[in-house]
Amino acid sequence: MTMIDRKLLKKESVGPLMAVLRDSGRRIIAPQSVGSAPGAWYRELGPEDELDLEHLTTLSPKSAFLPMVEEILRFRNEGKRIVIDDCKIQAQPTVIFGSRPCDTRALHALDAVFLRQPEDMFFREKRAATTVITFSCAAADPDCFCTSVGGGPRDPEGSDLLVTGIGNDCWLVEVWTLKGKQVVELAPHLFQPAGEVETECLVAKVPVRFSLDDVRKHLPVLFNDEEFWREQSLACLGCSSCAFVCPNCSCFDIQDEADLKGGSRLRCWDSCGQKLFTLHASGHNPRGGQSQRWRQRVMHKFSYLPEKEGLIGCVGCGRCSRACPADMNLVERLTAIAEARV
Amino acid sequence: MTADNVYQPYLMRIERAIDEAPGIKTFRLLFQDEESGKNFQFRAGQFGEYSVFGEGESTFCIASSPTRKGYIECTFRQTGRVTAALAGLNEGDTIGFRGPYGNVFPLEDWKGKNLLFIAGGIALPPLRCVIWNALDLRENFRDVSILYGARSVGDLVYKYELDEWGKRDDVRLATTVDPGGEAPDWKGEVGFVPHVLEKMNPSSDNTIALVCGPPIMIKLTLPVLAKLGFAPGDTFTTLENRMKCGVGKCGRCNVGKYYVCVDGPVFTLEQLQGMPNEY
Repeated sequence: MTMIDRKLLKKESVGPLMAVLRDSGRRIIAPQSVGSAPGAWYRELGPEDELDLEHLTTLSPKSAFLPMVEEILRFRNEGKRIVIDDCKIQAQPTVIFGSRPCDTRALHALDAVFLRQPEDMFFREKRAATTVITFSCAAADPDCFCTSVGGGPRDPEGSDLLVTGIGNDCWLVEVWTLKGKQVVELAPHLFQPAGEVETECLVAKVPVRFSLDDVRKHLPVLFNDEEFWREQSLACLGCSSCAFVCPNCSCFDIQDEADLKGGSRLRCWDSCGQKLFTLHASGHNPRGGQSQRWRQRVMHKFSYLPEKEGLIGCVGCGRCSRACPADMNLVERLTAIAEARV
Repeated sequence: MTADNVYQPYLMRIERAIDEAPGIKTFRLLFQDEESGKNFQFRAGQFGEYSVFGEGESTFCIASSPTRKGYIECTFRQTGRVTAALAGLNEGDTIGFRGPYGNVFPLEDWKGKNLLFIAGGIALPPLRCVIWNALDLRENFRDVSILYGARSVGDLVYKYELDEWGKRDDVRLATTVDPGGEAPDWKGEVGFVPHVLEKMNPSSDNTIALVCGPPIMIKLTLPVLAKLGFAPGDTFTTLENRMKCGVGKCGRCNVGKYYVCVDGPVFTLEQLQGMPNEY
């Protein structure tokens, strides 16, 4: 990636920029607080809604591309005849405003799955219609570990625009793609040239917590160490919270819902942590134990995906550690893998 | 139909429904859209997602041979929601089919070789497509041997074709049932597949072995093949991991860095030896 341009944006111009984006027909999805729910949530941001860039979002913006439940086929019963309705998708132009560098980086893992042949048109159309405006992190949470998996609080990977605080009243806006450039060109009057001046950016310090190289080196050796995986996963309830909050996880189920007149075929989020995920019709289960399923989760993210696609299936957002009801901390588990004697 | 939606099935009409064994049926399926039927091509080893609208999709191999044009067949055992709904359908009813998916048996590489098919129970269908494919191109291959076993005589599928294969002088057929599964007029073997294989004592020279069956049968048959001198690279099987999408996305059939739906379902024993034992 090469940066196309650098601009300055006054904080007071964020509101007017949103208005311009909306006027251009774009839908804005941005973090906001929702009722009494903790943290922030990605929702469509209306003119009256308040943007929340301070709190971490409980879920990543993944569902803008891969909704929790999505219709992939619609059919009708006409007497004994079955009619399939054309499932054409008209993705609305969308701006994700306020993504974090980790969540934006995770789009690469989704692209790898859904844009490889045969392409998934539902994902492709939404992805193509969406511009991602990422905000660098000014503060980190104790569970954050982006720097341990190749990212960072100011990592531009995947962003169309990367926005970084440079003082109380101003943002530095880096233009990384043509999609990002189009946004700036919609409201040129709101942006000032940033020039070549090296600006001091307000960016969080995120310490490196473990050696990714050692994790990757050790995993194939540890694979057959059943006792190791049993101990790693003793606390695991198999609830799959980790997968559902993960910005990289994209495994899904396909289910039909219908009545006598017709119905839909739906794609629903699923997880390799679930026993039913791999259960054969015969009753045989290739990953019958929770420790095997935990191993699959770790192996897939840190061994199989890197080998197959050249990318890590984890961006260090720390959501799985925060969401786990049994307090299984991924950094602790990965540290144990990196430090295991093999 | 919009070819762009990978999840959109062809509509298929059930032309024939055959009761194979208790709970096991075969459907012969015709494409409702004739043009799609004419353009449809597949090769032995590939599979598809078969659906009852409103119930869901199930994964089965295409059990007919690509040399038999104009239709496809699938054979399934009634086990869950979708297969129960399928079993309740009749000739003339409509189902969905997506495919063909997955890799193939490399029949072109096997010209001039002997073929040894070993199948157990409901796992004959994935080999039956190759058997007919090879028999329809009989001059390409040397000896063709088939060993098929099931729990009982009643559980054998494609009984009408077993008779046909048995009568041919260019096929060596052995059928067997587990002890206690024989009927009074049973003329085949009685015993487990690995034991009968030992008795058959096939030569491994210039021979490809294709093995499909329940995990326990495969587990006990592979050592016999090894003893007979079959190289792991000449021993083929299909993996039957659970699938949903069939196109390498839903993650369900992932074994190591492979997706069985895309990189399989056909694997050699040599490949399996380099994979995690999660199938």
